[in-house]
Amino acid sequence: MNKQEPRGFQLPRRRFVQGLALGGVAAGLGLWRGNAMAQASTPRAELRGNHFELEIGELPVDFTGRKRIATVVNGQLPAPLLRWRQGDTVSLRVRNRLKVTSSIHWHGIVLPADMDGVPGLSFEGIPAGGEYTYRFTVNQSGTYWYHSHSRFQEQTGLLGPIVVEPRDGERYPADRDYVVMLNDWTDLDPETIYANLKKQSDYYNVGKRTVGDFMHDTHRAGIAKALDDRRMWNQMRMDPTDLADVSSVAYTYLTNGCTPAGNWTGLFNAGEKVQLRFINGSSMTFFDVRIPGLKMTVVAADGQAIEPVSVDEFRIGTAETYDVIVQPSADRAWTIFAQSMDRTGYARATLAPRAGMTADVPPLDPRPLLSMGDMMGAMDHGSMDHHAMGHDMSGMDMMAMPGMAMPHANAPAEPLKTGPEVDMRVATPRGNLDDPGVGLRDNGRRVLTYADLHAVDAPISPQVDREMTLRLTGNMERYLWSFDGTRYSGAEPLRLRYGEHVRIVLVNDTMMTHPIHLHGMWSELESPDGTFQVRKHTVMVQPAQRVAYRVSADAMGRWAYHCHLLYHMEAGMFREVVVA
Amino acid sequence: MSRVLSCWIAACLGALPVAALAQSMSMQDMPGMSMPAPHDDHGSTTPPDDAQHAGHDMAVSALPPNDHVPPSPPQTVLHAMSPSQMNAMMQMDDNESIGMLLVDRLERSRSTSGDMATSWEAEGWYGNAIDRLWLKTEGERGNEGTQDARLEALWSHAWTSFWDWQLGARQDFGQGPNRQWLAVGVEGLAPYWFETQTTFYLGEQGRTALRLETSYDLRFTQKLILTPKVDLNVYGKDDPQRGISSGLSNVEAGLRLRYEFSRKFAPYLGVDWTRRFGDIDSMPGMPLVHANETTWVAGVRIWL
Repeated sequence: MNKQEPRGFQLPRRRFVQGLALGGVAAGLGLWRGNAMAQASTPRAELRGNHFELEIGELPVDFTGRKRIATVVNGQLPAPLLRWRQGDTVSLRVRNRLKVTSSIHWHGIVLPADMDGVPGLSFEGIPAGGEYTYRFTVNQSGTYWYHSHSRFQEQTGLLGPIVVEPRDGERYPADRDYVVMLNDWTDLDPETIYANLKKQSDYYNVGKRTVGDFMHDTHRAGIAKALDDRRMWNQMRMDPTDLADVSSVAYTYLTNGCTPAGNWTGLFNAGEKVQLRFINGSSMTFFDVRIPGLKMTVVAADGQAIEPVSVDEFRIGTAETYDVIVQPSADRAWTIFAQSMDRTGYARATLAPRAGMTADVPPLDPRPLLSMGDMMGAMDHGSMDHHAMGHDMSGMDMMAMPGMAMPHANAPAEPLKTGPEVDMRVATPRGNLDDPGVGLRDNGRRVLTYADLHAVDAPISPQVDREMTLRLTGNMERYLWSFDGTRYSGAEPLRLRYGEHVRIVLVNDTMMTHPIHLHGMWSELESPDGTFQVRKHTVMVQPAQRVAYRVSADAMGRWAYHCHLLYHMEAGMFREVVVA
Repeated sequence: MSRVLSCWIAACLGALPVAALAQSMSMQDMPGMSMPAPHDDHGSTTPPDDAQHAGHDMAVSALPPNDHVPPSPPQTVLHAMSPSQMNAMMQMDDNESIGMLLVDRLERSRSTSGDMATSWEAEGWYGNAIDRLWLKTEGERGNEGTQDARLEALWSHAWTSFWDWQLGARQDFGQGPNRQWLAVGVEGLAPYWFETQTTFYLGEQGRTALRLETSYDLRFTQKLILTPKVDLNVYGKDDPQRGISSGLSNVEAGLRLRYEFSRKFAPYLGVDWTRRFGDIDSMPGMPLVHANETTWVAGVRIWL
């Protein structure tokens, strides 16, 4: 009853979802009038060294049969791979050939605040026709990325990978090393997407429950349960199909700038260890990644080495990175399959011994529904079994009513209010980091969870001087997103004292997963019992979940702190953090 | 074409990692991937000064130090600026004003008694997330010209999660004398997803009115949507010139089945039942008003 059949809409939209086999940047290369850095013959350019010349410009592209203008760096989408060496001081001269201000933010890189690339906080932005030279020392290693921090330029293509080679060599060496950068391309103007969401927040949801679903559920579970389930959600005015604000109705999912039909291919010889550096450079999309038939050993998260863990599948939130090592033993092709969390589309690539080989592309999983646990948190005492919790909830609708927080040991003393900015509250959030999230629970595969991530080194500080709780809040109908019920425009900066060690507790009072990114400082994720687990730059918080991490305020200056879903950030889920 | 093709194949075949391959091949003698090597040779890093106070981190206190180096302070600091300058620089404004125009009904109708008419119901708003200016209009135009039409201008203020206050004025026109009203109401989403408006009106000569409107979207597919809707008008005084009797004056129930070619464009077919109450047919010169009427409609729903 909680699983639905895959929707029929995928078929007539086949070309749009899969894209063109030949397209993208290549289709527009003849029109590119960039400087000599544009390497027309090797579109997947890699730049290395200490000094980098980057030029932000526009480029006609064609991913779906329709020509559009992308925002690119050196004529590339994604932007060129930047290869740095740990310990090097790099300088990057960025010239802006756009007609509007631009910027580049080095996501996950620890650097001085004026090098962070956030207009209004770090610097004034790079004016149209102007340039800015970034210069900083790279003290970390691993997989990161860079993107524009100006309006919707990230959505229109300004995103690129960064690989920092460790000073002492790779901890987990591999024979081959590929970046696999995922993103959500749209033929639409992002301003249109944003305006549509503001006017009708379910505009791109093509999986809403229908009369047919009701009949199906009635047939399977009986009319009483089907009605009861509808009653729970509908009374709350919450939608269990609200998995993604923007779906493949608007998006074509790309791997290293290639559509699923374009099929980016990484070559290997049977038996080799292949490192894949997954980067989710999407604006709004969570991907569930697997390589059917191959175990993936996850060796790094957000650039930081972890104790290796072998999985079949992992969910990668917007802006996260995961390094995995696979060892394809046979002389055959494997499909890298990254389906969007809402199961409306996928990015696809291939690992193959020779160019042109392909493997089967699996069907999309059935579209999942959010569970009651996603709405209410820990009421079920940790069990995430849909069937155990979905339909035996007599009386629980009371607790789920806005503002009616249940008395609970961990519940805040003050009742949590709803209002125009906040459409729901979670009185008893769940702390289960071992939940892979909606759509991945009990799917028969070994799925990575945050509980699996363990750093190989010590936390920056074991000390916690103070704790602050931030609620992730929003109003889906009004499409307003915020921290603690206050959008950025109405909020004071969060102030951290230089040198203090803060535990930030995030509680998600919404029905959506939010990838929360703190600039400038690491987010050192804790297990539910307060033990340090892993150092991250972007932390996914699932609906009704409570996640805690430590932040050592060792970076002076003004920093951005926001949800990395681009339209959530623009709609107010953003705060300034001042370290002084 | 062939040049484009070869570029693309080069692009999609991983031209990127060639150098990386050469680099990683030289690392073959490193420990295997299943054996995380101790990582304790961080000559240039600054170990955390409080690493000794490992506290409750029993499990991790034995871990080697990390290679984190705090950044140096910024060399340049932005000048102070107003929030609006900041919004402009960030190109991020979570409270910007936007507008929407919804033509919910633009339809041709035919009643069972053979009367043809054209009706409309539209609303537009402009404003930020909390405060908006609304214009609403609804009416019907038949053989005798415009009948029973209204135009409202309202200030709307977000009140709760799902409800807005609305305050403004209404003008009735069409048959009979025009009427002006002050309006106060609530509009929003009731539990179970009922789009609902309730407005109280205060007019000249002590006239009062109450209007209730609610609708629901029932999906047969993602694009084929049936919308039942009920309108109910209550008046405090008779207004025979406009065909209005006091008390529950009329109830209109409709069913419209629309097909959303896109969210913004959906033609529909539907049926309306109108029931009028009270003795309202006594005024000379007024068009005949049926106490009960069934009308078939075909129209289009559009928004921008």
